[in-house]
Amino acid sequence: MNDIYNVVGKIHSIETCGTVDGPGIRYVIFMQGCHLRCLYCHNPDTWDINNYSKELTVGEIMEDILKYRSYFQASGGGVTLSGGEPLLQKEFAAALFKACKLEGLHTALDTSGHDGNINDATLEVLKYTDLVLLDIKSINADTFKKVTGATIDATLNFAQFLFDEEIPTCVRFVLVPGLTDNEDDLHEMARYLKSLKNVTKVGVLPFHQMGAYKWENLNLKYELKGKPEPTAEETEKVRKLFRSYGFRVR
Amino acid sequence: MQQAWKGFIPGNWGREIDVRDFIQLNYEPYEGDESFLTAPTDRTKQLWEDVLELYKQENEKGVLDVETRTPSTITAYGPGYINKDLEQIVGFQTDKPLKRAIMPFGGLNVVKNALNAYGYQLDEDTETVFKKYRKTHNDGVFDVYTADMLKARKSGIITGLPDAYGRGRIIGDYRRVALYGTEILIEQKTSEKKELDCGAMDESTIRLRENISESIRSLKELTEMAGSYGFNISQPANSAKEAIQWTYFGFLAAIKQQDGAAMSLGRVSTFLDIYIQRDIKNGDLTEIEAQELIDHFVMKLRMVRFLRTPEYNSLFSGDPTWVTECIGGMGEDGRSLVAKTSYRMLHTLYNLGPAPEPNLTVLWSVNLPQNFKNYCAKASIDTSSIQYENDDLMRGHWGDDYAIACCVSAMRIGKQMQFFGARANLAKALLYAINGGKDEKSGDQIGPEFAPITSEYLDYDEVKRKFDQVVEWLAGLYISTLNVIHYMHDKYNFESLQLALHDKDILRTQATGIAGLSVVVDSLSAIKHAKVKVIRNEKGLATDYEIEGDYPAFGNNDEEINKLASKVLKNFMIELKKHATYREAVPTTSVLTITSNVVYGKKTGSTPDGRKDGEPFAPGANPMHGRDKKGAIASLASVAKLPYAYALDGISYTFSIIPAALGKTEERRVSNLVGIMDGYFADNGHHMNVNVFDRETLLDAMERPELYPQLTIRVSGYAVNFIKLTKEQQLDVIHRTFHEHV
Repeated sequence: MNDIYNVVGKIHSIETCGTVDGPGIRYVIFMQGCHLRCLYCHNPDTWDINNYSKELTVGEIMEDILKYRSYFQASGGGVTLSGGEPLLQKEFAAALFKACKLEGLHTALDTSGHDGNINDATLEVLKYTDLVLLDIKSINADTFKKVTGATIDATLNFAQFLFDEEIPTCVRFVLVPGLTDNEDDLHEMARYLKSLKNVTKVGVLPFHQMGAYKWENLNLKYELKGKPEPTAEETEKVRKLFRSYGFRVR
Repeated sequence: MQQAWKGFIPGNWGREIDVRDFIQLNYEPYEGDESFLTAPTDRTKQLWEDVLELYKQENEKGVLDVETRTPSTITAYGPGYINKDLEQIVGFQTDKPLKRAIMPFGGLNVVKNALNAYGYQLDEDTETVFKKYRKTHNDGVFDVYTADMLKARKSGIITGLPDAYGRGRIIGDYRRVALYGTEILIEQKTSEKKELDCGAMDESTIRLRENISESIRSLKELTEMAGSYGFNISQPANSAKEAIQWTYFGFLAAIKQQDGAAMSLGRVSTFLDIYIQRDIKNGDLTEIEAQELIDHFVMKLRMVRFLRTPEYNSLFSGDPTWVTECIGGMGEDGRSLVAKTSYRMLHTLYNLGPAPEPNLTVLWSVNLPQNFKNYCAKASIDTSSIQYENDDLMRGHWGDDYAIACCVSAMRIGKQMQFFGARANLAKALLYAINGGKDEKSGDQIGPEFAPITSEYLDYDEVKRKFDQVVEWLAGLYISTLNVIHYMHDKYNFESLQLALHDKDILRTQATGIAGLSVVVDSLSAIKHAKVKVIRNEKGLATDYEIEGDYPAFGNNDEEINKLASKVLKNFMIELKKHATYREAVPTTSVLTITSNVVYGKKTGSTPDGRKDGEPFAPGANPMHGRDKKGAIASLASVAKLPYAYALDGISYTFSIIPAALGKTEERRVSNLVGIMDGYFADNGHHMNVNVFDRETLLDAMERPELYPQLTIRVSGYAVNFIKLTKEQQLDVIHRTFHEHV
């Protein structure tokens, strides 16, 4: 086996005070590279895997992570891999999480599930993952395609895989009025998630316009320009819908 | 035994002045939650409305009213009230609420300028007295200042010196007034004076005997002043109400005598709790009445006013008095000092609404009761009105009965005082190193004349060597200047009342301060890791810098840079310690700028870190804004690495965050904020201001961006300086609900 500490990852940025991607205070590593092209993406600067800001080894990152142990302990926090799509760098993800588990740190994987190729490497990542934050863009295949530019199969396969492996999973869903708010779809999604016993929690995230300027900076056409954000009532309504299926929702 | 002490567990405190002993034997630690707290009474609401109306008038006029003739002393003015029938705790600095007194003993010019600025004129007779017959502290200092001191003061390399007004930073043990009454305190001081009867009359004995005589006189005046409100405080307080009133009278006498830059209250909550709990147990007081007393006490503390010039107020943002009250902390025996009145004190932020004063300071320990931690975090999130300091760190140095003067200066109550020393601008010192002791703004030779750096690109070793030389010179001049100031302050503006509430033999510290630490560290890092090209003007003075390449900046928890920052701090402290101080005070330093970082920045030219001429410094020990790229925790962890042992006067960090970036639900925000503080303080961080900005603040920041140079919106990913966003983006931030890594 390779020395896990020498595995290199392509990194977009690091946030030491993450509070919304997993429990407690999180050391969040934003990985470079993503296959999806979500219309509402607020980090389009992470898409191109070759446009990374730095390459770091697991050893280097672990040395940094361990400086914050007091904060993790005090808040029940840990380490989150986000992106970008961390599953594009599975060897790195597995090595990092393994190193975290050796130090007794909680690990969370923030992913679209768009692995594309579920294999032993995927299993190796999940072996050291305490919590998956699975972003399901839509349950409707057409809408999924429209939002992401990719097919839904990979995400559903991954969700099934998480279920088979009994990995605790929190599903997240971005509510975009006129795009992902079809009520029938939402019910179908709730029913589907209900069948996955490993999913205990659902997060409904109202779409926002904060990422817009990044699209402009990258000279990309931003199709959601000027689209209204959901009102608090609209968001709450969707949360209620999921709650009615017995999920913990926020 | 005194009737007033009935029900208290006796101890050494009954035989000699020992307030800590009284607290330790008698207080009840409280581990429960806030559910016992009560809403304001009708009386409180009505009274507070009257105060708000007075505030409104004051805001319109700048000052509500000023005395122009009689200088303030403890007994100079008659009693004053807002509404005598409603006020449960009484006493104002003058005969009217919010009316400001004049205190010319520190310096006449400041008084005259401040009066003129608000359209008042100093009474001619009073002016004559202080011009012809009565020398001031300010006169004394300028009689002695050397040419070098004047130059350093003018250029701003040493700045904010207390040479024209009260130095402050002394905390009388106001609790002694309540526990003992003034009669016992006068007896004590009389016998202390007797202890100095024998032996040779050397200068220090003469000075101390005079100090004590003045203190005895001020205790008599305090008794007289309280008498004018109808209270006999020569005897110990009999009830909770009296204990609060007596304590407040002690503090009131101090702020009638002195207009120090910071006039802190100390650590009274847990002390007062003993009286409150006794009265409640005896059926003499209800919870509602107890809260009312604390509310009314705090109202008075919010109404402390000094006459300042408008420039002073802009320097310090507003009209600050730093009436600092310490809450919580742990005892040396491992019991928490959190009592119900710790909650009652914080609860005033809800009953009366948020306020900067009194400066509520929670002494944080990882061992504080979880309920209390949660309540503090909640109150911070709701009001942004609390600062936190590391009790686990300070207890080792100062025991378990210290308090904080101003923002971060810890001192044992009644056993220690500080000679306030303001700050040296180390960023400017670095520029002097490059320019051979010449000021980068004026071109004047301020420091010793030595060869300036003439190379096109800065060389780290050369700059570092010359910087060390400048620091060596600066430290000597700084201490000498402070010696002059404090000699004269003792002579012409002695704090006889506050020292009356101290022991005879006290520890004195000679405080100093550092401004611009992160600028210096980043500059040195830039010189070392990038290439820094010097731009010189026609006179050959280095006035600007061009940086080629990147450099690791302070605030990203980079080990090398953390070490560099510690080294800059340590070297400065080592240099300071080489010099003899007035009254053998122990030199200390702080990394603290409060809000004057903007003004220090204005007076400082471009620096090699890329900061441009006139741009603000980061506040206190904060990393420079926007350079801490790894999020708030990395920034906090960097600051926590600065060694407190070399900055015993405190290391300040300002933490600003929007609620959504703390977590998605209120519960999560509370637990995360507690986690941040537990982590920071477990890692030996010293101080943290917690700002949790709400929507209203952000709206205000859009309207008046100049007041929010550092407002950061931090969401996982990175930080954005709010005021640098376009109007549209700002509105976006304000309107959206945060989620995810934006």
